[in-house]
Amino acid sequence: MRGSAALEEVFRRHAAEALATLIRLVGDFDLAEEGLQEAFAAAATAWAREVPANPRAWLIQVGRRRALDAIRRRARFRVRQETLAAEAQIDRQAVEAEPDEAEAAFGEDDLLRLIFTCCHPALSLEAQVALTLRTVGSLPTAAVARAFLVAEETMAQRLVRAKAKIRAAGIPYRTPPPEALDARIEGVLAVVYLVFTEGYAGDPKRTLAGEAIELGRRLNALLPGRGPIMGLLALMLLHDARRPARLDGAGDVVLLEDQDRSLWNRAQIDEGLALVEPALTAARPPSSYAVQAAIAALHARATSAAQTDWPQIVGLYAVLMRIHPSPVIELNHAAALAMTDGPAAALARVDALAARGGLAGYEILPAVRADLLRRLGRDAEAAAAYRDALALARHEPERRLFRRRLGALGA
Amino acid sequence: MQYLLLIYMDERLMANVTPEDGQKMSAEYGVFTQGIIQNGNFKAGDRLKPTSTATTVRVKDGKTLATDGPFAETREALGGYYLIEAKDLDEAVGIAARIPAAQHGCVEVRPIWMMS
Repeated sequence: MRGSAALEEVFRRHAAEALATLIRLVGDFDLAEEGLQEAFAAAATAWAREVPANPRAWLIQVGRRRALDAIRRRARFRVRQETLAAEAQIDRQAVEAEPDEAEAAFGEDDLLRLIFTCCHPALSLEAQVALTLRTVGSLPTAAVARAFLVAEETMAQRLVRAKAKIRAAGIPYRTPPPEALDARIEGVLAVVYLVFTEGYAGDPKRTLAGEAIELGRRLNALLPGRGPIMGLLALMLLHDARRPARLDGAGDVVLLEDQDRSLWNRAQIDEGLALVEPALTAARPPSSYAVQAAIAALHARATSAAQTDWPQIVGLYAVLMRIHPSPVIELNHAAALAMTDGPAAALARVDALAARGGLAGYEILPAVRADLLRRLGRDAEAAAAYRDALALARHEPERRLFRRRLGALGA
Repeated sequence: MQYLLLIYMDERLMANVTPEDGQKMSAEYGVFTQGIIQNGNFKAGDRLKPTSTATTVRVKDGKTLATDGPFAETREALGGYYLIEAKDLDEAVGIAARIPAAQHGCVEVRPIWMMS
């Protein structure tokens, strides 16, 4: 074993699977986490000379033993009625029998159980996100807190409350039955997509976007052939592939039409493109993620903004409006329409959307309006719209982009 | 585990129910209740009289204060309950979803704090 970095790597690779199995074996998130922590600590010395042939099995075995020790320790110091009741149940399950090899072995099912439990609809969305990143993504609490711009203590509390609810409300540790699976997958994907968009917009180190893609890959491996999963994974891969071109050397936003496409991550684009077709055909009608991925694929295939197949993009947005109407989709539809029917037609759509008040507070709406007005030569109105966008923008690179545009208009 | 299913509904809606609708509702509750009795989930359950019949009790400085109300600030008020035995939250939610009032009101699912 070469140093702690290599050890870290082994831990990180096996942490989620080992934890997933341990939770099943000991019946409790906290106990399993505690046991796994101790197993990692023990491994740091035990593996100094040689890593066992099956590191994950080793971690599960040692982690389970440590968790049982913890139960016995706690049993001697039972104070609160609440823990007493909860642990009476854990005791029975965990001590009843030594698991046989097959039972103790990691099954892929365990990781699915963990994912579905973390993304259970009885938990708040923010709790689902925090739990998923902490347990499935194996991110330290401090890193999860940083990514969501909250204090570490706040995030730790959020995780404690979520785990307490799983225990107290009796949220089951299992993969949902077939009749509930599709709806629950939607819930999991909403969490993954939230992690991704948060990472895309406000996380320069791309911890979150990378985590979201990794979650998508794992889900796709565990539940293969499902349109929404393939669609979301493709969408994330294709969007994230543009990241190297999205900011210039000074950290300023470069819009899609001005990006140096040679900087795009080709390997990631290829991985994404290969998923688009199967995602679109896996279900009728296709999932909205699959259609969004198909739009991203048309951008990825085009050698320049001018070479892009805009009519097909407009058509795909129309499909999206039918299967999954939303004001954001409508705005994107209008923006794409500018490329086929001209800025005046697009502006009429955007103004109609704004008049309905559907996207109040969303900075992209005035930004799109501003861009259309600028192209129509209505500079004073364009400047006013950029100022609206500037007032709403949440991220500094965006604010600089809008200021630059204002400067270019001489305003 | 045991769960209390608290049924919330619009009392004004309930007050203006036609006799036919009232009969239909009773029949639906009958079918539901029979179902959970047969499946072994049922422990108890009752319909409550409206909040206009309610009295709120507090003890302050040793004195009992009984007042009229509460008057619900929201439209929906507690109108009945079931106490059930369920394997886990998913089963409890599945049962709650079959309560007729879930179609127009809502059902709160609360685990019972078991003293052992």
